[in-house]
Order: sequence, then C-alpha cells, then structure tokens
Amino acid sequence: MTAPLHDTPAEAAPSEVSGAADQAGAKKVEGRSLKQIAWNRLKQDKLALAGAVIVLVLVIVSVFAPLIVDLFGHPPTEFNQDKLDPLTNLPQGALGGVSAEHWFGVEPNNGRDIFSRIIYGARVSMLVAFLAAILAVVLGTLFGIIAGFFGGWVDAVISRVMDVLLAFPQLLFIISLVSVLPNDLFGLTGSGVRIMILILVIGFFGWPYVGRIVRGQTLSLREREYVEAARSLGGGSRHILFRELLPNLVAPITVYTTLMIPTNILTEAALSFLGAGVRPPTASWGGMLRDALGTYEHDPMFMVFPGLAIFITVLAFNLFGDGLRDALDPKGTR
Amino acid sequence: MLAYLIRRIIAVIMMVLVVLLTTFSIFYLLPKWSGQDLAVVYAGKGTSPEALEGIRNKLGLDEPVLAQFWEFVKGIPMGRDYANGADDVTHCDAPCLGYSFRTETSVWDALTSALPVTGALALGACIMWLVGGVAVGVLSALKRGSFWDRTAMIGALSGVSMPIFFTGMIMMGVFVHSLGLLKLDDELTSSDSIGVWFETLLLPWIALAFLQAAMYARLTRATMLEVMGEDYIRTARSKGLGEQAVIIRHALRSTMTPILTVFGLDLGVLMGGAILTEQTFGLKGIGYEAVNAVGSKDLPVILGVTLIAALAIAVANLVVDIMYAVIDPRVRLG
Repeated sequence: MTAPLHDTPAEAAPSEVSGAADQAGAKKVEGRSLKQIAWNRLKQDKLALAGAVIVLVLVIVSVFAPLIVDLFGHPPTEFNQDKLDPLTNLPQGALGGVSAEHWFGVEPNNGRDIFSRIIYGARVSMLVAFLAAILAVVLGTLFGIIAGFFGGWVDAVISRVMDVLLAFPQLLFIISLVSVLPNDLFGLTGSGVRIMILILVIGFFGWPYVGRIVRGQTLSLREREYVEAARSLGGGSRHILFRELLPNLVAPITVYTTLMIPTNILTEAALSFLGAGVRPPTASWGGMLRDALGTYEHDPMFMVFPGLAIFITVLAFNLFGDGLRDALDPKGTR
Repeated sequence: MLAYLIRRIIAVIMMVLVVLLTTFSIFYLLPKWSGQDLAVVYAGKGTSPEALEGIRNKLGLDEPVLAQFWEFVKGIPMGRDYANGADDVTHCDAPCLGYSFRTETSVWDALTSALPVTGALALGACIMWLVGGVAVGVLSALKRGSFWDRTAMIGALSGVSMPIFFTGMIMMGVFVHSLGLLKLDDELTSSDSIGVWFETLLLPWIALAFLQAAMYARLTRATMLEVMGEDYIRTARSKGLGEQAVIIRHALRSTMTPILTVFGLDLGVLMGGAILTEQTFGLKGIGYEAVNAVGSKDLPVILGVTLIAALAIAVANLVVDIMYAVIDPRVRLG
C-alpha cells in the first residue's frame, strides 16, 4: 500500500508545476525538462546572470574575509591616526585617503581601513540576511501549508496571527526590543548576541509574508485531482502535505527566498543605521553609514563606499531573483 | 454595511490592543527577568530606596502587568491621576498617554506636536510617488520590451535597491552642502512659513518618493500587463472602443486595486513615523521621537508612538478595504 503511494504521486508532482498533463510514460522526462526550460531561460537573461555572479563573489568574499584582509594587512579595527589630518581628524589626501595601501581610504576620526571594514561588513550582512530568510521561509512554509490545507479554525488562528504581525510597526518594535534585551544571552556576548537577535527578529517578522503566499497556493492546490487521488489511495495528511503539496510549492518558495534576502540586507542595514545592529567595533555597512551621517559634509567618501556596497549587493540579489522568477514562471513567455 | 463597519472597527481596536499589550509586556517583563528595575530606569541610579518606592507607587509599577496595562488603556479615554503623596495628585487629562520618563512632559502633547511634520512628509511624498510610480508603470506596460521600458525598469530596480539613508545623504550632500541651493530648518514649527516647510521637506519628499515610486512602477507594470491580457479588455476593444478609453476606463481601473492596497498600507506605516527618513534628514517627527525614546528607554513615549503607529496601520487597512468596494464593482463588503 505504501510503495505506490510514494512513487506515483511524487513523480506526478513535477509535471503539475509545468502545467502539462502528460501520459504516465512521459512523466519523468517532463519533470526534468521543467528544470531545463528554467535553466535555458535563465542562461539567456544576462542581467540575472550578472546578478548571480556578483552574489557568488560576495558569498566568497564573506566566507574568506579574514584571509582577504590578511592579504592587505589592515585589520578592520586597527587605528591609523597617522593617516589623518591632526587638525580636522579627516583623512589626508584626496577622496577620503584613497591610496594603493588603503583602497577605499580610511575613516575620519580613527583612521580605520574602509576596505577591510566593507569586507567584514559583508559577512554580517550575508549571515543575517541568509539565516533570517531561511528562518522566515521555514516558519512561513510550515504555517502557510498547515493553514491552507486544514482550513477551519486552524486557518483562522494562523491567519489572524499573520494579520497581527503584519500590522506591527516592525522597525519601531525591533529597535525597542533590541534596546531592552540584555547584552549576553544564551552564552553569547557582544556582537554575537546582536547578530543572533537580528536573525531571529528579522526572520520572525518575515514569515507572515511567506505564509500568506504558501497558504494561498495550498488552498488552490489541495483541490487538484492528484491530491484527491492520493487521498483516495489512503494517503494520510502528513503524506499529502509533505509528499504531494510541498514539491509543488518549491518553485514559488525558491523565488520568494531569493527576493527576501535583499529585503533582509536592507533591514539589517536600517537597524544598524539606527543603532540597533551589531555593536561597534564590529563593522557593518549600516553602522558605517550611521557614523558617516556626522561627517559626510566634509568626507563624502566615507558614506559612498558602504552605501555602494549595500546598493550593489541588493541590486545583484534583486536582478538574480527577478530572473529566477521569470525563468520558473510556468506562464512565462520570455 | 453598518454591521460590517462596526465589526471592522472592533477588529481595529483589538488589533491595536494586541500590539500595545505585546510592547507593554516586553518593556515591563524583560527588564524584570534580566534584573533591571523600571523605577531605577525612571529615576536613575543612586536614587534612595524610599524615593524608588514612591515612584513605584506613583506609576503603579508594583502592580501586576495586566493591571498596569489596564490603567494605561483606561487613561486614554478617561484620563488618569498620579498620586505624588497623600494629597498631592497630578491629573492627566484624557486622552492621557502618561508623562515622559525623561522630560516629564505629557506624551500626548509631544506626539501631537510631532505629528504635523510626519504628516506633511508622508502626504507630500505619497502624492509624488503615486503619480510618478503609476505613470511610469503604465507607460512601461504599454510599451513593453521597448528601450523606455527597459530603462525605466532598471531604474526602478535600482531605486528599490538603495537604502533611503544613502540616497538622502547624497541628496543633502549635493544640494545643501555642495551647491547650497537649499537650507534645512532644524526644527519645523507651526509658526514657520509654508516656504520654510517646503524648502526643508523638498529633499525628504523626493528621497522618499523616489524609493516608493520605484516599487509602485514595478507593481503597476506587472499588474497592468496581467490586466491587458484579460478577456474583458478584448471585449471592450471588439465593441469598438478607442484604445485610450480601453486603457483609462477599463484597464487602469482594475490595475489600481492592488496598488491601492499597498498604498494604504505604506501610508499607514509612514504616518506612524517615517523613522529612517526623519533620522536621515533630522526631521523632528514621530519617528524621530521614537528613536530618541528608544535610546533613553522612555517607556511612555515608546508606548505612545506604538499606539499611533499601530492605529495608523489598522485604520489604513480598513480604509483600503472600503475603497476597494468603491473602485472595483466586483467587490462586495460583507
């Protein structure tokens, strides 16, 4: 009884995504060709590919940040007072002290190397954005699929909770929360705590967005014939949820995750800008912009580099996410 | 209709109360668990135990959280009395949101004097972004695939990828500090002339509108493209209607429905404090008050801002739903 249940419908699932209702023999081929169609579309989208390449580079840079910084020999928290004008505390030389030694110049007031801090800032950004997105997607998928599948009071409760969370003044709530949380939590101290808090909070407020989409999709999918077929063959709720419905939700969830990461990067930057992000001296792009707010009239380059870092990163993720969405869209014509 | 309204208004009030209670609990319970005393937060370290006891008594800090919450909520329509001693009573008129821990002034007064700045910022910007975003989106959808479409969409994607504190600083750097074209007023008050308000708010409006217009252009384009493929557009065309009438009277109308939803929510969020914009441009609106209050753990002010923000979001939601029925004849309220 269990064996056919595990085989037939699971294979039928991919063909459902492509929208093609083929005969049993062609199913396997169909399942693969959807990925191929998507891949072929993606290959032709030059902007999306450019985005993907930048994302890849950023991930590599974040992972190997200590090595890269070692290569240039300026730790991100090292003070270089000799690079500053003793009177104004602004960097010596043109463009905020850009030189062969300090590629992006140095910070005003303490002369820390901006290049190293941007590299380390990428780490914080990526870590928070990726893990928060994963948390949001796991929670959102779980609750969304349960709400959509079971309906009734389960759906009512989950939907109300999502409504309340979406009605929260999020930014305000998060900065208030961070301000009252103790400095060491779960055995972590300093910036470690803050990074964990950022991940938990951003992820937690992100799940209702995923949850709504997954719920809507589940509502329409659960009426399909293949779900009925699985049920009439004796498939339990868990089987239908995770073996029948979930594979068909993979495409929209993937797209949404990709598009959620840039939003998370912006949120993390905003929180750091407001002083609710990682603690100094740990580098973060938003934190650098916060510091730059006081001095940008005299030293604009200190604002330009972290600003551009955020911009390029978010743009790259958005380009890739848009391309992925178009490529995976079964109705897509391009 | 009336029954619907009453039901929705009750839902709005419930929603706001849930948000408030959550914020309230976090501020009263978290410090307790991590060993902080709110009376000390209020009065500062080094206050004598007797004085602290008096403060606890006066603010009701020794009562259970729910009782304190009830006192707070009751104070909004009824006003509230604070006992300083046996016969020294401070009466706080309704609507009473309590007194700031830091400045000892009425929270209600502080917020109502900050509201015009936030309101002017949000209203000016929202007109700009709605008109600009929708116009660009519609044009892009009608000229799909053209040079204009591609340029506009890359521009829009760049717009959503830039944090406002970065664009804001660039704009201030160029127009205020380098070119000296504009002068920003430090503190807008009702006695300032319209010219001063306009000059100070012009850059914030543009920065905020640019960011939002980018989002709206993308949304409008996508929705418009979908709508133009609907059967009723074909019907309208085939009965001999001119293309202009088809677009304006038929397509634009249903394109506006999803845009209106987002618009209502965005406006609601902004009315509760455009935290990042106000912080970047140093505008002393609700968001600025909020960040200050969070920084100094000024609980009554944080609660007041949360109340306004949650209320604005919930009311915006309600208005959007009612507008739905007005714009889209297919929607029935019930």
